[in-house]
Amino acid sequence: MIDNCQMKKMNQSKEVWQRLRKNKLTILGLILALLLVFSAIFAPFICRYEYEDQDLRNAFQYPSFKHLLGTDNYGRDIFTRIIYGGRTSLLIALIAVSLGLIVGGLLGAFAAYYGGIFENVIMRGLDIVMAIPSLLLAVAISAALGVGMLNCAIAIGIATVPMFARVIRASALSIKDQEYIEAAHACGVGNVKIIFKHVIPNSLAPIIVQGTLKIGEAILQIASLSFIGLGVQPPTPEWGSMLAFGREFIRDFWPIVTFPGIAIMITLIVFNVLGDGLRDALDPRLKQ
Amino acid sequence: MIKYILRRLLVMIPVLLGVVFIIFTINYFSPGDPALIILGSEATQAQIDQLHADLGLDLPFFVQFFNYIKGIVTHLDLGTSYITKTEVRSDILARFPSTFKLAILSTALATLIGIPLGVIAATKQTTLFDYASTFLALIGASMPSFWLGLMLIILFSLNLGLLPASGLATWRHWILPTVAISVVPIANITRTTRSSMLEVIRQDYIRTARSKGLKERKIITKHALANAIIPVITIIGILLAFTMGGLIVLETVFSVPGMGTLMKKAISYKDYPTIQGCVLFIALIMSVMNLLIDILYAFIDPRIKSQYVKRNPKNSSKKIENRGDNDD
Repeated sequence: MIDNCQMKKMNQSKEVWQRLRKNKLTILGLILALLLVFSAIFAPFICRYEYEDQDLRNAFQYPSFKHLLGTDNYGRDIFTRIIYGGRTSLLIALIAVSLGLIVGGLLGAFAAYYGGIFENVIMRGLDIVMAIPSLLLAVAISAALGVGMLNCAIAIGIATVPMFARVIRASALSIKDQEYIEAAHACGVGNVKIIFKHVIPNSLAPIIVQGTLKIGEAILQIASLSFIGLGVQPPTPEWGSMLAFGREFIRDFWPIVTFPGIAIMITLIVFNVLGDGLRDALDPRLKQ
Repeated sequence: MIKYILRRLLVMIPVLLGVVFIIFTINYFSPGDPALIILGSEATQAQIDQLHADLGLDLPFFVQFFNYIKGIVTHLDLGTSYITKTEVRSDILARFPSTFKLAILSTALATLIGIPLGVIAATKQTTLFDYASTFLALIGASMPSFWLGLMLIILFSLNLGLLPASGLATWRHWILPTVAISVVPIANITRTTRSSMLEVIRQDYIRTARSKGLKERKIITKHALANAIIPVITIIGILLAFTMGGLIVLETVFSVPGMGTLMKKAISYKDYPTIQGCVLFIALIMSVMNLLIDILYAFIDPRIKSQYVKRNPKNSSKKIENRGDNDD
């Protein structure tokens, strides 16, 4: 029995992998996403400079071999700051999405599973949260909590809760009536255990897809918050705040406002491509 | 139909009350004493207590919340700014038109460009045009609008000297902010239109139309697009909310005298009544816009319309709920 189960699982992931492999763009996205994560983790080994190293005599250098993307107003290496900025962004995005996923996922799964008034209260409550545009909600929470990386992650994470709750509720609703859930009931398995052991693992596909897409969105929101002075504060390098502080010099020195934006854009493209590809691979019904 | 609109308006009331509650709670529990923000750090305890009493800040949470709601309902009072001492309502009303015009203008622009692009891409599937527009849409959808705004300023204002970079004085001032904020919607509308058209084009009734000998142009506009437009309208509603959020950030780039710059200033001074008022006001506008879009649906799609005109109200309300849930 266990062997059968494992084999089925292996076949399933094999099938997904094969579908994924067929889409070359997704593979490219996957490689680039891994590269982004890699560069975030190993930032100190990639960069020749420290992100806070000032060298005022070499401020406003245009891109060269010495400084790949030039230097900013304090003579700090822009390339180094972008790599470290990616570290900041990815870390915050990961915390934010995990937070949204855990809170939203639990709410959605329990709402779908128990149904009735419980479900109604939760889902209508989340409808209310959804009536506020998500960036605006993040701005409101962030303004109240104050600046800082963790507060930024919490603000963005809370704003993603309703979306995750809805996605997981939708897939949990379809799982709830399957025979194996009934079988588990018949065997006397408790409700909470069924949710954690059967309902959530079987909703993994949409969770992975939405999670990937949300990481891209979260990175954009982090940059937006930092750009208007919430979110991450200097000297911590972050793409949005680099743009905000580079704006002063827009008239005379274009690299300072150009490269951080390109970094945001590339990251968003990578996660969008990967998310779309994963959706096609994990949920073939949508592809037809 | 009127019954449906009335019911939707009634549903809006608890949603908006909920929004007020959420935003009020967020600000209530935020650290920092408003009295200290107003009086400065050198205020005496007596002054602080006096101001607390004046502002009603010494009352329990629910009493304060009730007073806030009462102010809004009875005379649309959103409170007074801590910093400028002006009414938040009049600040917002002075700033809102610019933001709203930008949002509507850019959404209209995005619709006018995005739908034709998507239709052409779908009808010419797997040609160079299709690949090019799909590629551009991918890049466009991933472009931070505030950064694009900066790039447009560098190119068109600083280097070419063609367009002004800040303010909204003449029509030429509107061009750059509108373009910057509409790129993401254009990309998204193009993508949605393309995939929706591709789905519709393979349907039997399109084949029937073709075999009837209808002109291809007529088939596309009258039969295919009319059916493919529904998901596009959904996405336009979502994009409008996204655009409003994006404008909050973008406005600071172009120094637009709108809600975004108002909020940014309020954030830097911790002026909570203004922040609270702005978020509420935008949420209200978004609810109204969503209602309008839902009504538009019913006009465009007879299948949806027929659901609302059903006799049994219990049955039809269930259907509306289901439809909402399928959106994501």
